[in-house]
Amino acid sequence: MKGKTKVDIGEAVGIVAAQSIGEPGTQMTMRTFHYAGVAEQVPTGLPRLIELVDARKEPKKPFMDIYLAQDASEAAAREVAQSIECTKLNSIAQIEENFLEKKIEVTVDQKELDLMRLSMDDVKKALKAATSGSLEANGNVITIKPSASSLRNIRRLTNKLRILHLKGVERIRRALLLKGKDGKYFIRTDGSNLAAMLKQPKVDTQRVYTNDVKEVERVLGIEAARTCLVREIKQVLDLQGLTVDVRHCMLLADAMTMDGEVKSIGRHGLSGEKAGVLARAAFEETIKHLIKASTGGEEDRLIGVTENIIVGQTVPIGTGLVRLKMKLG
Amino acid sequence: MYVSKMIDRLKFSIFSPEMIRKMSAAKITVPDTYNDDSYPIDGGLVDQRMGVIDPGLKCKTCGGKLRSCPGHFAHIELVRPVIHPEFGKTIYFVLKSTCHSCKRLLLSEKQVEDLSAVIESDIEMEMKSKTKKLSKCPHCHTALEEIKLLKPTGFSKGKQNMLPTEVRDWLSQVSDKDLRILGFDPMHARPEWTVLTALLVPPVSVRPSITLETGERSEDDLTHKLVDIMRINQRLEANINAGAPQLIIEDLWELLQYHVTTYFNNDTSNIPPARHRSGRPLKTISQRLKGKEGRFRYNLSGKRVNFSARTVISPDPNISIDEVGVPLEIAEDLTVPIKVTTWNLEDLKKYVLSADYPRSLYVLRPDGKRVLVNDLTRQECADTLCIGCTVERQLINGDTVLFNRQPSLHRISIMCHSVRVFPGRTLRLNPTVCPPYNADFDGDEMNLHVIQSEEARVEAELLMKVHRQIISPRHGHAIIKPQEDYVSGAYYMTRNDALFTKAEACNLLAIAGVNDLPSPDKGDKYSGKLLFSMLLPKELNLQMRSRLSKKPAHEIDPDPDANIVIKDGILLSGALESKSFENEILEKIVHLRGNEAALRFVDTATRMSLAVITRQGLSVSLRNYSLPSEIGNKVEELQDTMRREIDTAIMQYKNGTLERISGRSMRESLEDKIMGITSRTRDNSGKVIENHFGFTNTAILMAKIGARGSLLNAIQMTAMVGQQAVRAKRVKRGYRGRTLVHFKRGDVGAASRGFVFNPFSKGLLPTEFFLHSMGGRESLVNTAIRTARSGYMQRRLINALQDMVVRNDYSVRDSRGMVVQCIYGGDGVDPMRSGAKIAIPEIPDALKPSENDV
Repeated sequence: MKGKTKVDIGEAVGIVAAQSIGEPGTQMTMRTFHYAGVAEQVPTGLPRLIELVDARKEPKKPFMDIYLAQDASEAAAREVAQSIECTKLNSIAQIEENFLEKKIEVTVDQKELDLMRLSMDDVKKALKAATSGSLEANGNVITIKPSASSLRNIRRLTNKLRILHLKGVERIRRALLLKGKDGKYFIRTDGSNLAAMLKQPKVDTQRVYTNDVKEVERVLGIEAARTCLVREIKQVLDLQGLTVDVRHCMLLADAMTMDGEVKSIGRHGLSGEKAGVLARAAFEETIKHLIKASTGGEEDRLIGVTENIIVGQTVPIGTGLVRLKMKLG
Repeated sequence: MYVSKMIDRLKFSIFSPEMIRKMSAAKITVPDTYNDDSYPIDGGLVDQRMGVIDPGLKCKTCGGKLRSCPGHFAHIELVRPVIHPEFGKTIYFVLKSTCHSCKRLLLSEKQVEDLSAVIESDIEMEMKSKTKKLSKCPHCHTALEEIKLLKPTGFSKGKQNMLPTEVRDWLSQVSDKDLRILGFDPMHARPEWTVLTALLVPPVSVRPSITLETGERSEDDLTHKLVDIMRINQRLEANINAGAPQLIIEDLWELLQYHVTTYFNNDTSNIPPARHRSGRPLKTISQRLKGKEGRFRYNLSGKRVNFSARTVISPDPNISIDEVGVPLEIAEDLTVPIKVTTWNLEDLKKYVLSADYPRSLYVLRPDGKRVLVNDLTRQECADTLCIGCTVERQLINGDTVLFNRQPSLHRISIMCHSVRVFPGRTLRLNPTVCPPYNADFDGDEMNLHVIQSEEARVEAELLMKVHRQIISPRHGHAIIKPQEDYVSGAYYMTRNDALFTKAEACNLLAIAGVNDLPSPDKGDKYSGKLLFSMLLPKELNLQMRSRLSKKPAHEIDPDPDANIVIKDGILLSGALESKSFENEILEKIVHLRGNEAALRFVDTATRMSLAVITRQGLSVSLRNYSLPSEIGNKVEELQDTMRREIDTAIMQYKNGTLERISGRSMRESLEDKIMGITSRTRDNSGKVIENHFGFTNTAILMAKIGARGSLLNAIQMTAMVGQQAVRAKRVKRGYRGRTLVHFKRGDVGAASRGFVFNPFSKGLLPTEFFLHSMGGRESLVNTAIRTARSGYMQRRLINALQDMVVRNDYSVRDSRGMVVQCIYGGDGVDPMRSGAKIAIPEIPDALKPSENDV
């Protein structure tokens, strides 16, 4: 059986993979998807596929799936979810600058404070660490008189205070408790911070997942990024009800990661670094490549497909790879 | 095909002025083209030494005529040097990296050594960062002045503008060694060559003039531009010779620079494009190469072919799936070249001698002469026909051709068929091969290519024949498969109540080409299952859940008809539906018996099922879509409940008692809830209809067996069209506070937000129609955008992956030989042959990560 199912040598697997992923593109929806209340308008279908193939720095809507290590009860999971949600000062308090008296007034909303399970002391502590100058608390109003009291400094400080980190993990905008298919709870977050999440106690670090391929690359390395890419590409296609063999997704992911970093498909990535001058010129930015080639005295060895099509020779693919030598005499 | 020479490599470089002069066939001295007798002026821009484009004239360099002379380059001596606009940045880079005084690289010896570790492509960045803060030359210690590039061709040193002569002098003094460090190949590309002193003029054949109907000549854009350059060049020369003031000379010089700039690239930023008299911007060199319609993509990557045909397609279920019906008219025009040998000499003579189809159109003699076969030459051609000749014969039945439908999104958009010549004017194909081409018959056109060489024919038949493509490489499932009416036919045939008399059975089997008649299994009658089983291979075993099963997949359905069971090639129970007929059985046959057997199965099974469905008859009528009043009332009840539920939800929203969905605002929660209610209502009405009609309704029947349409289609036609959505939300846009003036302000009820209560069969209210059209428009716009976006994505994917090939060791490598995958797909299995399965070996326990590893 094994021999029967082997690929043929010379098979243009790259083109087949590209066609297999590209052809159903017209059947994909453009609609965005919303992930159980966490993030809205998460791109799926074609926009998401393009996003993956472009190897963007950050996906439009990064999210994470976090599983708990041991105790996966609802209460424990809820607690973890609460603790990782990032809270900034401006989401629980009104911040007003008073230029006349050179002070900043922070009015904390008690309701929001309770909701976030924070106390006034937490807020005060954080404020103290972030400011220099006097701090005065009066009920829910905290008045700050900065020591550097130029107007410009006050404005700068208020802006800083607005995004003052109170608790949780940076970049995790929301964390929501969801029940998995196996009946166990897991946390889905809006926003992604893999490095920090791996350090969180109670989190099953082997199963933490993020849809941000570049972040996986940064934190876990290129092999992990490849796996992540395969999974994301396959998932996008599956979600649309399109069946595409994983091998095609794997080849695409392998091509994108073969040089040790996640490279995009397109003129700034793989295609821009191809061997042949003619191939690059025929793709995009024709003039730029020709000029560059001429100053460097570049040579095109005609080893690719496009180059040989251009000069009208046999393409080195499939039966074109086979060379015959004839014994003379 | 015999290949005598191959191009091994191409080298890119810059022409030096000396080289330009050396290869130039003529020096252009006159800024004009033709004289009054419309004869090329000597030394003009269409000088005959550059080759000719007028019939009857001869090239003065090679003596060739119109077609035989490829054209020769000429040159213009520029009075003052001019900067090549495309090299502005390159020049800037060299100036920035060298000292204006000693012309040496602005790097110490040590830094140069360090630089060798930097990858070539990063040199520019590295140089920039190293020289940025430098105030003195590390070699001669002269204070450096800031060099600026005034795009595209101006340079300034400190506060002073640099003239191209200055730039050229500077560049020519940079040593070869330093240039090599900067990534130049000084043997073939000295930087000073980018400041032009001699301008290469392309031959006339590159810029042919066209003669208009009025007899007026219209010159090519490039010629126009060259005339401009020549004029200014001459004026500049005259002024210099006359000793004109420096200011005037510099003005003219700049004008010359402008013309040269636009000659190379007419949409350089910061430069107004040169225009034609009519105001149309000129298409100069850069524009000729660039983009989709440019030289590279249009002419070099895109090839044109002969021996091809194109016309409208139409279906013909009576031909085999690997055949294509070719109109006689086309077959008479297309030819197949056949080499004359001892064995076919007599045969081919007949073609040559014949006056009507099939005959030979041309005979190629061994000396390479092509002779047209007509009434005059026929006898002579036949008499002189010898071994070594090639006869070009008209297309006949059984010839191998390639068949293609655009857009060619995947490789099965081009497949190899064999020819069947028919009367008529359309190309015909079996409807079973529509899916890979994505073809239908609403006016689609397809292309046909006749294979011209023996090698190509063998390759096409071995690799591209239709039956080899039954399984798609995309997912390993069948893509060439019987659909729609074939499925209905197979269903009607294999139903339990399908019984056939002996006469009918004989007929059906004969249609399918089966010659033995089994003994009757239902009294004196034959069951359809038995007849269908005659087509199955004896070793076929299959057990699967039918689409018609009402139980969920994981439960066991005791109903025998819900399970399709084939044992030893006999269909024991279950009626065939799309899943079994289109995929499972066909794929099994491919794996058991191979492609040819599968092709025969498709041919015979489709013929048989078509015979059944033709006799049976299957149609839809208005009765299928109109509800009796009691069922209609039920649907209306559902709609009333929906209205009430929506009203309550709105009330709750206004009271603030509506349950808030976490992560969404109250308003969004309300919308979500209403969307849920509306879609539930439509689904429920679907159940009502299904229960009422059941299989008596052919539309529902077809939807159920997977032949055509869906339940949703039936619901929309009989019960209600349902909620219309714009941007995945209920319709919201329109007037202030309402979608249409027919509603009250602030009405967020079903009707005002695009719920269509009526079914298509009853017709829509004007308001419903309008809101429905909003949803319709959105989907139209989306489709248009999607095709463009996915087309570009596919182009990029293909471009990035096209060089990747499985090598002899089963690794996947690109053209550079870099390994992409050590073994293709991790297991070396072809998705086409994998049976849509992956066999990932179990990870041994020893290799599994343990708790301690983290």
